[in-house]
Amino acid sequence: MAIVFEKTKGLTDKPTHYCPGCTHGIIHRLVAEAMVELGVLDNAIGVAPVGCSVLAYDYFNCDMQQAAHGRAPAVATGIKRVHPDNFVFTYQGDGDLASIGTAEIVHVAHRGEKFSTIFVNNAIYGMTGGQMAPTTLIGQKATTSPYGRDEATTGKPIRMSEMLATIDGAAFVERVAVNTPANIRKAKKAILECFKVQLEGRGFGIVEVLSTCPTNWGITPVEAMKWLENNMIPYYPLGNFKKPGEVE
Amino acid sequence: MTKVLMKGNEAVGAAAIAAGCRFFFGYPITPQNEIPEYMSRELEKAGGVFVQAESEVAAINMVYGASGSGARVMTSSSSPGIALKQEGISYIAGAELPCVIVDMMRGGPGLGSIQPAQGDYFLATRGGGNGDYRMLVLAPANVQELVDLVIEGFDLADFYRSPVMILGDGMIGQMMEPVEFKTETKHDLPVKDWATVGTGGKRKPNIINSLYLQAEDLENHNIKLQKKFAKMRENEKRVETYNTKDADLVLTAYGTTSRIAKTAISKLEKEGYKVGLIRPISLYPFPNEAYEEIGENVKAVLTIEMSAGQMIDDVRLSLNGKIPTYFYGRTGGMVPTPEEIVDKVKEILGGDK
Repeated sequence: MAIVFEKTKGLTDKPTHYCPGCTHGIIHRLVAEAMVELGVLDNAIGVAPVGCSVLAYDYFNCDMQQAAHGRAPAVATGIKRVHPDNFVFTYQGDGDLASIGTAEIVHVAHRGEKFSTIFVNNAIYGMTGGQMAPTTLIGQKATTSPYGRDEATTGKPIRMSEMLATIDGAAFVERVAVNTPANIRKAKKAILECFKVQLEGRGFGIVEVLSTCPTNWGITPVEAMKWLENNMIPYYPLGNFKKPGEVE
Repeated sequence: MTKVLMKGNEAVGAAAIAAGCRFFFGYPITPQNEIPEYMSRELEKAGGVFVQAESEVAAINMVYGASGSGARVMTSSSSPGIALKQEGISYIAGAELPCVIVDMMRGGPGLGSIQPAQGDYFLATRGGGNGDYRMLVLAPANVQELVDLVIEGFDLADFYRSPVMILGDGMIGQMMEPVEFKTETKHDLPVKDWATVGTGGKRKPNIINSLYLQAEDLENHNIKLQKKFAKMRENEKRVETYNTKDADLVLTAYGTTSRIAKTAISKLEKEGYKVGLIRPISLYPFPNEAYEEIGENVKAVLTIEMSAGQMIDDVRLSLNGKIPTYFYGRTGGMVPTPEEIVDKVKEILGGDK
């Protein structure tokens, strides 16, 4: 019988610790498949963040480093400068990238570091138990915004992709979601394109992936997909914000 | 090899390049700016990479990434910047990554001053970041020793898979002295088969990490680290001693301050006083035996520091109450004079010569 689908070699056989309905599993698969399809898995060096995906170093089937909270882009800078011919990526959540690690992500874009970042935005701190993130939506309840996020005291959710797209050294910036099969296909395409930008040496690339956290949102996985569509996508519009021009 | 006249900070850069360091990540702060400036000028010529990071925090994490990838790598800063690097240093110690970190100390606390000080002794020797770790801390007293310790520091870092701190101060960074560069390796260095360089499809992934979620795993990791620190204590104590058997009083000081102590000793000897010196070169591991071996006729030990008294804790622990200990220090960027030390010695000894 012909095999129509099999688990990518880009992931190890270790069972993940992610909650039921969490979309990290889908995003891990897309990243791993993209590395295999581009033939870079064997020379890839990944950087895991602090947060729910801290154990990504056990799941991606390539050399990995675990970075301090928010510092993955700095660690990846060190790696890529030592090994410019290796494929280097960071995998970061929204607490990691959009809060404690804002300086690091802004400055890798600013320097045009030639690696790729997968930015998983689920609008909450998952690992620590559901605290408010800079990306938490107005009115959204979290354990540190128990009455709902209040714009007057905590500001509006930060749109990282839009901000990073203003920086010249950011060559590729796209926001995708993984709430439907169609969106998952688009996410895969964006990740592949982003990785190619690195392989072509054209600058820094980032794909923001809108993701769900049923556990800390306090709803079922199915409801979470709907909540993402009805609440996150209107505030965080999907699409490409930046890509390099055609090769001259 | 002919000697060249170099400023301490520039000599650090030249020594690092001579030692095979090809990656430097730093951030400007006085009084160590000549180190990143030198590296930005010279490292690329040697086939290396200089990156001015957005912060000291980013710089030390770039060191983590580069070291984890198998490179010889260095960062440098001065006291407030070294404070910022503590997060990364703890991760580097936890993940057992080799690197050299230079601290040209200035006055503190807080923004403090830009003049020389020795207020980072605790931060350096106790493991300034979170968790149970130590690192090798080497304190040069002249520019040649600074060069030698930077060069050997890279070997020691690779040998122990540990960060090595060179603890200087603004004075040693700024002074000019003749130096030569000797690069023979004293250690058989292990192959870095743990580094992330890509699996090449030929082995299981290498993982650079300091996370152990299971308590028993983390305790085992800590036991392994402690064994390494014990090995450092066994093999890496360095000290210069002078007349510690027959003296009436022994001075003890490290780095710049030890030079002032030596001048004070010459003055005191001319007046008929018998004064010895213990100059720790390794601050971690602390050369405690040198204090245990002090002669029975020595009446007191006087610790001199450009701080309110930090190394004196290790001096007291080493003497274990055997001899009275005294302290003389200046802070805030003030440098003790030989005359101040002479007066303090006379005060302690009274008329006793």
